[in-house]
Amino acid sequence: MSAATPGGFLLVLAIMLPMAGVLLALLLGGRHAERVVMALLPVSGLIAVAIAVVVWRTGAPVAYVMGGWAPPLGVVFRADGLSAAMLLTTAVVVCAIALFARPVFAAMEGVAEARAPLVFWVLLIAVWGALNAIWLGGDLFTLYVALELLTFGAMPLVCLDGQAETLRAALRYLLFALLGSALYLLGVVLLYGAYGTLDIGLLAGRVRDEPALWIAAALMTAGLIAKTALFPLHLWLPPAHAGAPAAASALLSGLVVKGSFFLIVRLWFNVMPALANPWAAQMLGVLGAAAIIFGSVLALRQARLKLLVAYSTVAQIGYLFLLFPLASNAIGPALSWNGIAWTGGVIQAMSHAVAKAAMFMAAGLIGEALGHDRIAGFGGLGRVLPMTVLAFGISGMSLMGLPPSGGFMAKAMLLAAAVGEGQWWWAVVILLGGVLAAGYVFRVLMPALAGGELALPLCATVSRRREAVVLALALCALLLGLVPVRPSEWLSQIGRVGAAQVSAP
Amino acid sequence: MLFGLVGAALVGLGLFGVVVHPHPLRKILAFNLLGGGVFLLFGVIARRGAAAGLEGDPVPQALVITGIVVAFSATALAVALVRRLFQVMDGADR
Repeated sequence: MSAATPGGFLLVLAIMLPMAGVLLALLLGGRHAERVVMALLPVSGLIAVAIAVVVWRTGAPVAYVMGGWAPPLGVVFRADGLSAAMLLTTAVVVCAIALFARPVFAAMEGVAEARAPLVFWVLLIAVWGALNAIWLGGDLFTLYVALELLTFGAMPLVCLDGQAETLRAALRYLLFALLGSALYLLGVVLLYGAYGTLDIGLLAGRVRDEPALWIAAALMTAGLIAKTALFPLHLWLPPAHAGAPAAASALLSGLVVKGSFFLIVRLWFNVMPALANPWAAQMLGVLGAAAIIFGSVLALRQARLKLLVAYSTVAQIGYLFLLFPLASNAIGPALSWNGIAWTGGVIQAMSHAVAKAAMFMAAGLIGEALGHDRIAGFGGLGRVLPMTVLAFGISGMSLMGLPPSGGFMAKAMLLAAAVGEGQWWWAVVILLGGVLAAGYVFRVLMPALAGGELALPLCATVSRRREAVVLALALCALLLGLVPVRPSEWLSQIGRVGAAQVSAP
Repeated sequence: MLFGLVGAALVGLGLFGVVVHPHPLRKILAFNLLGGGVFLLFGVIARRGAAAGLEGDPVPQALVITGIVVAFSATALAVALVRRLFQVMDGADR
């Protein structure tokens, strides 16, 4: 566990390359920032694929020990099946966003340096690097630093246009995020004080069922919930995600909220796999269920498309938290149901990342073409922007859980686990959430596909290539559902600390 | 022990301030109070873990420096954001 494995240097590259890109883009500045990003995309994407291949082939986590210092003194980067899956998802979504954003944030002729494009390109790769650090970090303090990097990278994306409204949204986001990370850090201190290490692997062997652990876990979970925007701490999300430019919204809604969710998963399933309190897990599930109902109902009531999509994020985050009551080992007689719920939760995280990014970008294209995003004015949209509306519909399929999308797989697995474990109340919530999601997706599609005016006035034409990028990403969300379940087990089992011990009674 | 209690009190005060005060600048100050409490707890834990003839456990001390740097940059970022917000709002009023 404490030794570096072959391929470990790939993990360092996955974090170092985007960060080096950030510095290079800042140094060169201006019109070169975009070129740096475009050069970086294929390389970093290939590294993510390579890590996934190594994890797949060896069937064991890939690890890299910084400077050869083994924990508890040193710091370890580790890629298990879950990390590899998230690395791949991030690479796909970030590449799509970059291709989509290229014409919007292109360097203008004759202008040496414009603020918004430079900031966007630099922060795009900064967020990528921070996310990779979160997926790979092996100790809680490295994860804290990565989490802060992620916040600092994501927050300015909210207020790229510099309007008072978005600045206010960004400030609110930052304050929520800072409060969350302070609580997380407080939990980290308590864990270090009680167990003398922050390495996830070592902690898993040392934690005991005692007040210090409960308080630390409660503080860290509460802080991370604020960052993930789980109900009732979701208030910052809709204005922040709806106010940002479409490309930035896709990044924030698809990927950034998954970063802090991933840390909660690490905490509950890697640090204290056997000690998670069943009532606490049920509590998280209740919050998730409330988020599903509340977010969906609010999404149904929005007049503007981007706010609708943002509230749908609140609802879909709720599904992620059903993972805790359903996959927690403390509840449920059969371990296999736990495994299914776990895989379902991970696929939900991946498919929501892809589908929501596609949906936000489709909403951005619609907004650009029409000059507004009021749903009431969408009559006849399907005739003028067929590809975009198709992409919106396909990503909507994944959100509401229609087969054969990734969202269907995820929700079907969670549903099966809820029924199989006898926790039927979650099944009711999952089904109700699916119906409500269909409601808000069709609220957009119905006027768009209905006749409406014959010639819808367009205030700008959008390029076919950008429509194609969005459609391709939406198709990725669809194809996720076709990944056979059997191989997807590797994503749930490889490197799950304690999975083996727990199965033995 | 005393430092530990003071740290806990600071955390409580800071948390109260962040939640209760409506003004962003006060919220930022309260966040710093909260951060100060957390860092003090780091110090307490470093002192407590001082076993092998050392003055203090170096790991929490190393962590706290990183933490302070992060909190400092977070504060700078937040204050810059508040300044910009007020500039923009002033411009809108005129």
